[in-house]
Amino acid sequence: MTNFDPETIHDVEGVPIHSVHRHDVVIVGAGLAGMRAAYEASSEFDVAVLSKVFPTRSHSGAAQGGVAASLANEEEDHWEWHMFDTVKGSDYLGDQDIIETLVKEAPVVVREFEHMGCPFSRTPEGRIAQRKFGGHTKDFGKGGPVLRACYAVDRTGHAMLHTLYEVCVKNEVRFYPEFFALSLIVRDGVCRGLVAWDIINGGVHVFHAKTVMFGTGGYGRVFKITSNALANTGDGLSLVLRAGLPLEDMEFVQFHPTGLYQQGILVSEAARGEGGYLLNKDGERFMEKYAPSKMELAPRDLVSRSIQTEINEGRGCGEDGCGVYIDLRHLGEDKIMKQLPQIHELAWKFLGIDCIKEPIPIQPTAHYSMGGIPVDIDCQVLADGKEKPVRGFYAAGECACVSVHGGNRLGTNSLLEASLFGRRAGKSIVRFLRETRAFPELPSDAAEEALGEVERILSADGSEKVGIIREELQEKMMLECGIFRDAGKLEKLTGGLRELGKRFEKIGIDDRSVKFNYDLLEAIELGHMLDFTELIVAGALRREESRGAHSRTDHPDRDDDKWLRHTLAWKRDGRIEFDYKPVTITRFQPKERKY
Amino acid sequence: MAMITFRINRYNPDDERRGHYVQEYQLDVEKGTTLLDALNEIKWKQDGTLTFRRSCRSGICGSCAMTINGVNNLACETQVLGLGNSTVTVEPMRGYPVIKDLVVSLDPLVRGILAVKPYMITHSPPPSDQERLQSPEEREKIDGLYECILCGSCTSSCPSFWADKEYIGPHAFLKAYRFIADSRDEGSREHLEALDDRHGLWRCHTIFNCVEACPKDLNPTKAISELKKELVRRKLG
Repeated sequence: MTNFDPETIHDVEGVPIHSVHRHDVVIVGAGLAGMRAAYEASSEFDVAVLSKVFPTRSHSGAAQGGVAASLANEEEDHWEWHMFDTVKGSDYLGDQDIIETLVKEAPVVVREFEHMGCPFSRTPEGRIAQRKFGGHTKDFGKGGPVLRACYAVDRTGHAMLHTLYEVCVKNEVRFYPEFFALSLIVRDGVCRGLVAWDIINGGVHVFHAKTVMFGTGGYGRVFKITSNALANTGDGLSLVLRAGLPLEDMEFVQFHPTGLYQQGILVSEAARGEGGYLLNKDGERFMEKYAPSKMELAPRDLVSRSIQTEINEGRGCGEDGCGVYIDLRHLGEDKIMKQLPQIHELAWKFLGIDCIKEPIPIQPTAHYSMGGIPVDIDCQVLADGKEKPVRGFYAAGECACVSVHGGNRLGTNSLLEASLFGRRAGKSIVRFLRETRAFPELPSDAAEEALGEVERILSADGSEKVGIIREELQEKMMLECGIFRDAGKLEKLTGGLRELGKRFEKIGIDDRSVKFNYDLLEAIELGHMLDFTELIVAGALRREESRGAHSRTDHPDRDDDKWLRHTLAWKRDGRIEFDYKPVTITRFQPKERKY
Repeated sequence: MAMITFRINRYNPDDERRGHYVQEYQLDVEKGTTLLDALNEIKWKQDGTLTFRRSCRSGICGSCAMTINGVNNLACETQVLGLGNSTVTVEPMRGYPVIKDLVVSLDPLVRGILAVKPYMITHSPPPSDQERLQSPEEREKIDGLYECILCGSCTSSCPSFWADKEYIGPHAFLKAYRFIADSRDEGSREHLEALDDRHGLWRCHTIFNCVEACPKDLNPTKAISELKKELVRRKLG
């Protein structure tokens, strides 16, 4: 391998090439996972964090309801109960050894946040307050809902995110705000750094690193109705694919039951945790039919399917009949304003609804990706998806698949997963760096792929519009790969995606400058979305069963004989290749899943 | 449905000679359309060069703060028809250096935040197996302080900041007070040190623009007056 020399790389007209930055750790993404890892590693090593938005604007901040931990501050709870709920919630696809780590370490991780200064709500005794959430129960599912979700009013993600930014500032983490990752540098099974775009000034920067960590988040933006931010385009996932690495369980996409009608903006599950009802247009509390024991506090996949069934059978509200109601009126003004003020504000500002007096129209909204970059328990990215780590490359949070959520994530387990595995990633990076003094060699063509992409898009002058292709992608994904799927729809979508991919080759952009060019970035993002979306659809087509959030109307039952296994998928020469790996089962044998 | 004219203040850093100028766009707007929806629609369908920050589109990330009909607000939380005019004027927030169109530099915001040691300072170690205790009454004291989304609306609206670019700014004072008011924090002196400065607290003339500008209904002026009291108390005590 010849060494990278910035003087010799090919020149793109008007694009400044910046010399190489060197850091022990380069983290992409400043949400809970990325900043938690940065905080951990920065006490000993030189850490840089790149983020496409200013750190406190990361989407972790939009999480509302809480973070799960069996602190038992409000009533009896045990990590074993939390483990059972998470395993059952995952529809038995979660790896139980990893879930055991998640639930056992949860109390420590949450208390550390408190020690950092996170403003959790409090019990009368001054401890961290906890509320109910869907799928979290007492006594291995035999009892009622348990108070397990630790919360800061209904702004838990915001409180945790800002706390992490604060402690990272204290630890002098080097932030590169508004830097956009363009490509990973992985050669011979070793990660050597990455190439990024400086959004504000324009220009390509090479980051040479001993370790790279991805906390790049999810991709709700491939769906028309989503709770996700405009920034959630899943860039990290396709960067991994393009580096020749696999993705795991991509067919599992969570639809949150309650997004604001037609907007998709999140109405926290805390609204149901605090006692809210779901009603159809006839005022029926329809969850009686679908989950007679847990009602509105059944897990999200089940509640979303129930809502969608009501809508499909003509009992939906709203001008297109695609909504139902969440009714909070019986909670009273005091409780709403004290425990759910943000919900009140969102319903008022976006729908003009005062939820103290009226029910809020809602609809299921694409929310969370259970699948992602396969990693081991120490957050090392796995080159074969099974056991062979890519040296120096780590991932955690929503972009990763470790897998604790399996086929369906329980509410409040994502803030937990992001912070807990962010912390674990930080610790394993520290262990690695203590033994690794030298930087890996940087190949001479390290920046070529990124430069080529920027050059191609900056000069794109075709007739197709990025915004229009993206809109069609979002509509197709919603209709043909949403809550209910079947072979017919998925096959049609496979062809549809191919068409969109061809049209993407003929795009033109308006903005040809390098400074703050979102026109360029949105085109690059669309390329990413088209890349990994193919894996979601192909995975969904192959998995001929219904499990967790993946619901096939032509294969309505779970099929443990054939499908109690994780999907691994690669893209090689434009073709998708699959492999599978077994699920780790320790304490809880798969059983029929009823609530 | 109504046809709305958007008068947008634009600036292209590659065309210094042209400087700032106003460009008009027209769009059919229906009930429920936010200003951010409208800007996206213009960018995606009419003019890809139009540039603004945005992310969460639900009022929690703070990216899309801008000056709308002369008032700072989040574009995502602004209902276009709710503005009640057939013409909507959109400008970058004043006071900050403009990078491009509606995008401003966040450097002054960050500088202010860093000045106040924006983190909890404790000297006694936390209990090993549990959280620090804080009563609900103590916790209530930081309500109205911790919710800040760092959108920059307040500081942009502050005449003291217009006059002194080194001014720490109401957003950072709010942050400082969030820790001083927190029963767990043991570093009041350190947070306060930076504020007792010629670019600090005493530059605030209690004009209340920051209160009016805050899209989250927070009250930096109140935090500032509490901080002033605290400083005076310490000087006399």
